[in-house]
Amino acid sequence: MNARPLAAAPSRPLPPTGEGRLLSGIRDDGRALSLNEHVATYGSARDGARAEAFVAELESSGLTGRGGAAFPIAAKFQAVAAGRRRPVVVVNGAESEPASGKDRALLRTLPHLVLDGAVLAAEALGAKQVIVAVSRGAAVEQAALAAAVAERARARVDGNVSLRVASVPRAFVAGEETALVHFLDGGPAKPTFTPPRPFERGVGGAPTLVQNVETLAHAALISRFGADWFREVGTESEPGSALLTLSGAVRRPGIHEAALGTRFETLVDEASGLTQPVSGFLVGGYFGTWVPADALLRLRLLDADLGLHGASLGTRAIVALPADACAVGEIARVTYYLAGESAGQCGPCVHGLAAIAEGMERVASGRADDRDRLARWVDVVRGRGACKHPDGVTRFVASGLDVFADEVGLHLRHGRCGARPSAVLPIPREVRNE
Amino acid sequence: MKLRVNPIACEGHGICAELLPELITLDEWGYPIIDDVDVPRTLEPHARRAVADCPTLALALERSRAESGRAASRAARGR
Repeated sequence: MNARPLAAAPSRPLPPTGEGRLLSGIRDDGRALSLNEHVATYGSARDGARAEAFVAELESSGLTGRGGAAFPIAAKFQAVAAGRRRPVVVVNGAESEPASGKDRALLRTLPHLVLDGAVLAAEALGAKQVIVAVSRGAAVEQAALAAAVAERARARVDGNVSLRVASVPRAFVAGEETALVHFLDGGPAKPTFTPPRPFERGVGGAPTLVQNVETLAHAALISRFGADWFREVGTESEPGSALLTLSGAVRRPGIHEAALGTRFETLVDEASGLTQPVSGFLVGGYFGTWVPADALLRLRLLDADLGLHGASLGTRAIVALPADACAVGEIARVTYYLAGESAGQCGPCVHGLAAIAEGMERVASGRADDRDRLARWVDVVRGRGACKHPDGVTRFVASGLDVFADEVGLHLRHGRCGARPSAVLPIPREVRNE
Repeated sequence: MKLRVNPIACEGHGICAELLPELITLDEWGYPIIDDVDVPRTLEPHARRAVADCPTLALALERSRAESGRAASRAARGR
């Protein structure tokens, strides 16, 4: 094999070392890197692997989707490429999960890295159209993207690939890939029945690669520095680094980057430790799983470890719930929000989640011991929507009732647990005052 | 063959559960819960009737994955 040209060319930037790969290039003032700054930091996308070589690097890198479902990116590329028509690439930056902010952070600070990944993907698939879907509420990110797209057009760096930024509704389900495609085709931002999945028939009927923002940023680095570089951190089966959104009782909340396989204890240390004792962690956002604090701190940042507790990394939003916050009240409040965020299309989701939210409210207020009914509803609703909304919400509720069983008992006896009523888990403003 | 409901199209009329109670029950809101099993040959006529009589055409009888695999390999062998 030839020596890697990267090492031989002194004018080209060296690959980021250590675990801070995506975040190492961010400016201290948090402003977006201009195209020139971006090329000076990471090199030009033209210098990396492209087309077939790019897909081959992605495949050996083992990169998986960072939007929550962890689907292998190379397999998704192959599925899209198998279609007969010219594909379309959609960058999914909806990030409707309230506890997550990592994708917006990338769009705000490193728009060109994300766009490099999208354009490389488009070139590999023969696509000419890239649509970057960003939440309506994300004004700073939209402005950064618009500026970046204009810079790239002036510099003519993207050949015959055209870039467009689309503003999508803030609803929780809007980021689900069939909902996103539905919306981009002029419909409501609501999931559709599958098949066909977007890789078969997506935007305008074309095979569509819907890929998360962070995934494409990693892909842009893999193109430049290679699969072996990507695998220098992480484990054999879960390689690379990942962005996390930490919130709750940590001294330094916000976006962190860590190698997969890092112990959660180390992660907490890197966030400057806990501000107070923690009763449990919510791992993977609002479709995620509650894990007792002592158990989580012994695990590593791996689906393989979290699977032992029925959890997975999901969106990598992690909330540390302070021991003096009211877990039962928090769960009831978020369940109510999530039930309201049902797309309203599937009977079991509409009625089942409403029943679960009301049951959680009765348990929290101590009005009725609905634990058996809740367990039954969770079981009945799971897997019965067109999308995974009911599955995610029931996972959140069921694991919460399990981890906080003692607190639930106190609520049933006294209508409260003695903890302060709290609002640690964020809920978007527009639905909060219902 | 397996039965599958399109939950977006389904409006909970419940006719399927009347026609095929062996495999379809209704939840407490009136929406069908379908047994995740291959439809036994003896029940196939009833399953087809349930599919045909759904007012919103939300029910389908689909080839299960194992059967699709067999069909694909038959096709690959040119039969």
